[in-house]
Amino acid sequence: MLLEVKDIGVTYTSKEKEVKALDGVSFKVESGDFFSIVGPSGCGKTTILKIIAGLINSTNGEILKPEDFEVGYVFQEHNLLEWRNVIDNVILPLEIKGVAKEESYKKAKKLLKLIDLKEFENVYPKDLSGGMKQRVAIARALICEPEVLLMDEPFGALDEPTRLKLNTELNRIWRKTKKTVIFVTHNVSEAVFLSNKVAILTKRPGKIKKILKIDLPEERNLKLLDSEKFIKLVLKIRKNLEYFKEK
Amino acid sequence: MNRKIIFQQILVFILFVLLWKSVIFIFKFPEFILPQPETVFIEWYFLLKSGLLLNHTLVTLYETIAGFIIGVLLGLIPGYFIAKSKQVEQTLSPYLVALQTAPKIALAPLIVIWFGFGPLSKIVIVALIVFFPILVNTIVGIRSVDKNLLDLMKICKATRLQIFRFVELPAALPVLFAAFKTGITLAVIGAVVGEFIGANSGLGYLTIYAAGLMNTPQVFVAILQLTVLGIVLYLIIDVLESLMIPWYKNKGEKDVVRS
Repeated sequence: MLLEVKDIGVTYTSKEKEVKALDGVSFKVESGDFFSIVGPSGCGKTTILKIIAGLINSTNGEILKPEDFEVGYVFQEHNLLEWRNVIDNVILPLEIKGVAKEESYKKAKKLLKLIDLKEFENVYPKDLSGGMKQRVAIARALICEPEVLLMDEPFGALDEPTRLKLNTELNRIWRKTKKTVIFVTHNVSEAVFLSNKVAILTKRPGKIKKILKIDLPEERNLKLLDSEKFIKLVLKIRKNLEYFKEK
Repeated sequence: MNRKIIFQQILVFILFVLLWKSVIFIFKFPEFILPQPETVFIEWYFLLKSGLLLNHTLVTLYETIAGFIIGVLLGLIPGYFIAKSKQVEQTLSPYLVALQTAPKIALAPLIVIWFGFGPLSKIVIVALIVFFPILVNTIVGIRSVDKNLLDLMKICKATRLQIFRFVELPAALPVLFAAFKTGITLAVIGAVVGEFIGANSGLGYLTIYAAGLMNTPQVFVAILQLTVLGIVLYLIIDVLESLMIPWYKNKGEKDVVRS
C-alpha cells in the first residue's frame, strides 16, 4: 500500500456558520493504481487532492504516506508559466531543486518524447493548443518522478475529441510509467475509461459512498467506450451518484 | 507601418502647420502672442546650435531620470510587502489613500524651500510623484499572480526567493511596465513644475524665463523640446519592455495604460 487516507474531515467556519466540506473520507491507494474520484460538483473532490498534496490541512483525520513523499500535480488549468517555453516549463520543478540544467534538459526531452511534443520544446505556451498545454503540464508533473500523480479534472476544459485523445494517451503513459495516479473528475465515463478503481463521493459534505473495481484490461482504447461491459459500469456508477436528489 | 499610414501622418502635420499659419493670418496675432511656425523652428535651430538648449535639456533629463529611479525603488519595495501581507495593507491603507488623494504637485514649493534651487529639489518632487503609481501597480501586479501557480510552487517546495524570481516578478512585469510608462510621463511633469517654482537651469526654467521676457518663440521651443524628451523616454521604456517581456508583447495585447 502506498497511501492511506484515514477518516479525513474538513469544516470551514464562515460568518458564524460551520460548513462541512468533507466528512470521514477513507480510502487506500495501492502502488500503481489509477484511482479516480467522482462526485457531484462542490462535494470536495479537489479538497481531497489538496490535502494529499499538503496544500491545505484537514480539520480531522490523517494521511498515512511514506517519508519523502513527493507528488506531481496537474491542475484543471494548465498553469504553465507563459514567460517560459515548453522545455523550460517542464524543468521548472528540477530547477527549484537545484538540479543541473544539462541533466534536467535530458530528462525533459525524454518526457517530451513520451507525451509526443518533441518538436515543440522551444515553443511558448501561447502558441500551443489547450490539449498540448495539458500534456506539457503532465510532463512537468512527472519530471520529479513523484510517488503519485494528482490530477484535478485536467481535461475538464477541453473539447470532447481532444479529451478522448488525451484519455487514451494518459492510459498509455500510465501503463508505460507504472505511476500511481489519483484522478478527480465529474465525468463518469472518463473515470471508468482510465481507472482500475473508482471512488464515488456523495453530495456535500463529501463522503465515500462506494469504491468500485474496474475490471477491464489495462490497455484502453476508444472501442471500449461502446462495449456493453463499459456502459454497464458507467450506469452502475451513475446510479450511485446523487446528481438529482433533492435534500 | 505601411506607407499609406506614414503619408497620412505627414499630411496631418502639414495641415496642422497650415492651420497654425492661417490662425495668425486671420486674427493678425503679433509674434509675442503666436509666432509663425518657421520662426519657432529657426529659434529651435539657433538654440540647439549655441548649446544652450542642450544644457537645459540635460539638466531636466538628469532630474527626471534620477527622480524616476528613486521613485520606482521607493514604490517597488514597500509595494511588494503590502501585496504580500493583509495586515500591513490594512494598517497603512488610510495613509495610502491620503497619499493618493493629496495633490503631490502642491508640495513642490515646500520641497523647493527644503531642498533648494538646485536639481535635488526637483529629484525629490519627481520621486514623490512617480512613487504612487508604482506602489499601486506593484500591489496589483503581485496580487495578480494566479493562486494555482503559487500552489504549484508550494508543491515543488520553492523558497520565498524562488517564488519571487520564477513566478511573482515575471507575472508582475507587464503591469509594472504599464506603470513605468505612466511614471515616466509624470516624472517629466514633476521636473518641469519644480523648475517653474525655483531653479536656475532646465527646460522648465527656460520656459518661465522666456515667458518673462515675452520671448514667445523661445517658450515654444522649450515646450517642443520637453515633448521630444518625454517621447524619447517613453520609447526607451517601450523598447526595454519588448526586450524584457517578449512573451507578453508578442501576445498582441494592447498596452494597459496609455497616458
